[in-house]
Amino acid sequence: MSHFKDRYGASPLHLIAHVIGLAIAAYALVQLLGEKHWVNFLGWFLAAALLHDLVLLPAYSAADRIAGAVMRRLHVRMPGGDLRVPIVNHVRAPALISGVLLLIYFPLILGPGDAAYFSATGHHPSGYLRNWLLITVVLFGGSAIIYMARVRAARSRRSSPPT
Amino acid sequence: MRSDPPPGPFQPTFWRSPLRGPWLTSVLGSLLGPAILIIALTGLISHDAYHPELRGNATIDPARDIAPLIQFPASWPSWIYALTQGIHITLGLVTIPLLLAKLWSVIPKLFQWPAVRSAANAIERLSLLLLVGGALFEFATGVLNIQYAYLWHFNFVVAHYWGAWVFFAAFLVHVVVKMPVVVRSYRARGVLKPLRDDLLHTKPEPAAGDSLVPVAPAAPTISRRGLLGLVGGASLTILLVNLGESVGGPLRRLALLAPRGRVFGTGPNDFQVNRTVASAGITPALIGPDWRLSVSARARTVSLSREQLMAMPQRTHELTIGCVEGWSTTQHWQGVRIADLAALVGAPPRATAVVESVQPSGLYRSAVLSTEQVSDERSLLALHVNGVPLSPDHGYPARVIAPGLPGVHCTKWVGRVTFVRS
Repeated sequence: MSHFKDRYGASPLHLIAHVIGLAIAAYALVQLLGEKHWVNFLGWFLAAALLHDLVLLPAYSAADRIAGAVMRRLHVRMPGGDLRVPIVNHVRAPALISGVLLLIYFPLILGPGDAAYFSATGHHPSGYLRNWLLITVVLFGGSAIIYMARVRAARSRRSSPPT
Repeated sequence: MRSDPPPGPFQPTFWRSPLRGPWLTSVLGSLLGPAILIIALTGLISHDAYHPELRGNATIDPARDIAPLIQFPASWPSWIYALTQGIHITLGLVTIPLLLAKLWSVIPKLFQWPAVRSAANAIERLSLLLLVGGALFEFATGVLNIQYAYLWHFNFVVAHYWGAWVFFAAFLVHVVVKMPVVVRSYRARGVLKPLRDDLLHTKPEPAAGDSLVPVAPAAPTISRRGLLGLVGGASLTILLVNLGESVGGPLRRLALLAPRGRVFGTGPNDFQVNRTVASAGITPALIGPDWRLSVSARARTVSLSREQLMAMPQRTHELTIGCVEGWSTTQHWQGVRIADLAALVGAPPRATAVVESVQPSGLYRSAVLSTEQVSDERSLLALHVNGVPLSPDHGYPARVIAPGLPGVHCTKWVGRVTFVRS
């Protein structure tokens, strides 16, 4: 047993699970590679992983880091800013939710699927950009109100004499 | 001989979030896993709801298909398909923030050094490529398809179906292989205990040596419960802006981003259309006064005008059309029972029905109804909806409507029904 583990690097169960799983996946892949547009499929499959891991994730991480640095500086200068109530997550949360909505619904918000949408439904997709902006404003507005309430609560805690 | 890792993300000091660690990934995985299972199961149910076992219905070659048949009795409520497919789409959308968070939590592993540690590590990394590629492919194609953004050349149904098997096979392997890690993390730290920590008490996980725990952690800017709250908030927002297209009612007004969230007027034909009369290539002559329905079984064929159909006994049922894209609509449909048409031409017992549209071409111009669907009391060749004749976009002069039948199999502008011994 330990001889197997030394040579393979994991338990026999690890190998068995992978052989069975990869066999099923290989069968499914073979079905796809027999299709007319298999190159296009393969491109999408690999691009999905690469775009996420090497573009989307680094991009939002960098945006988060830059925004965080800017906000740390801003926070100190802000009149009445209270260091016990960090502002970063009050920007992060609405920005992230709004960003995920854009990521999911960008075809309707930005309109690349218009012709096919019209032929299926009989009308053009309209109002999606407006609705997304509206949701974004509500998210940021709601977050700002919560932030101000927290700052006020922190201030009144500080100014009230210790009991 | 071990080489030093290249600069950048391959350096162990590059990844600094103090939140990453086996416990966090276990929690995200424990939430994501059941969601994936439900999405896969409802996807399979949808695949089978098209009755691919009936000749002419299958998009996936049945000889090569490996899916078990999971089919509900036709006697179940008419909204059963709308429910399972609504879950497939809505849960799929709601799961996206969780999927992104899960991938974020394990990103350092992509840049492990050395790139391959052992045979086991190599085979596992191959299966992870299928897992991550498969997950992102399935979610991306599904999300784009419900918005009619066909940004590819391949057949969506075929690619989404076989892609799901690639993803699901790799998913099951991942669950088996990682279960011990999850159990160990929960034993070491408790299932929910780290959620008690606020920002001040948020420290890196004590699992020293685990590749997810940072060696040079930065100061935390959010607690672990804050991160989960953020994921939950994103999921809840998606749920609110999409659910209305599936359940209707007052929620439809909230479906601000749902592809089929539009609120129509109050007229009897004012509900969602899938494929307009114009895009189906139906000319006025095809559905004008000269339109006839041809009904046949064995050697007998009967040709019926719309007036003759209206002279037959009319039945009214409240039935739901569920679309594979996740939206649904429930209306009062009136027309002739499919079973009455079968009796009219002396169809053999337990016959299936091949229904063809006058639509000259197109993917779903024809569909085959199962024996249960043919004999079901509620299966109609509808002539009216909500008390008025069908509008052309809704299938005038006649369309099929049957319980639990995926929307595109509720054939519109029907020209021919052929009953065949099953």
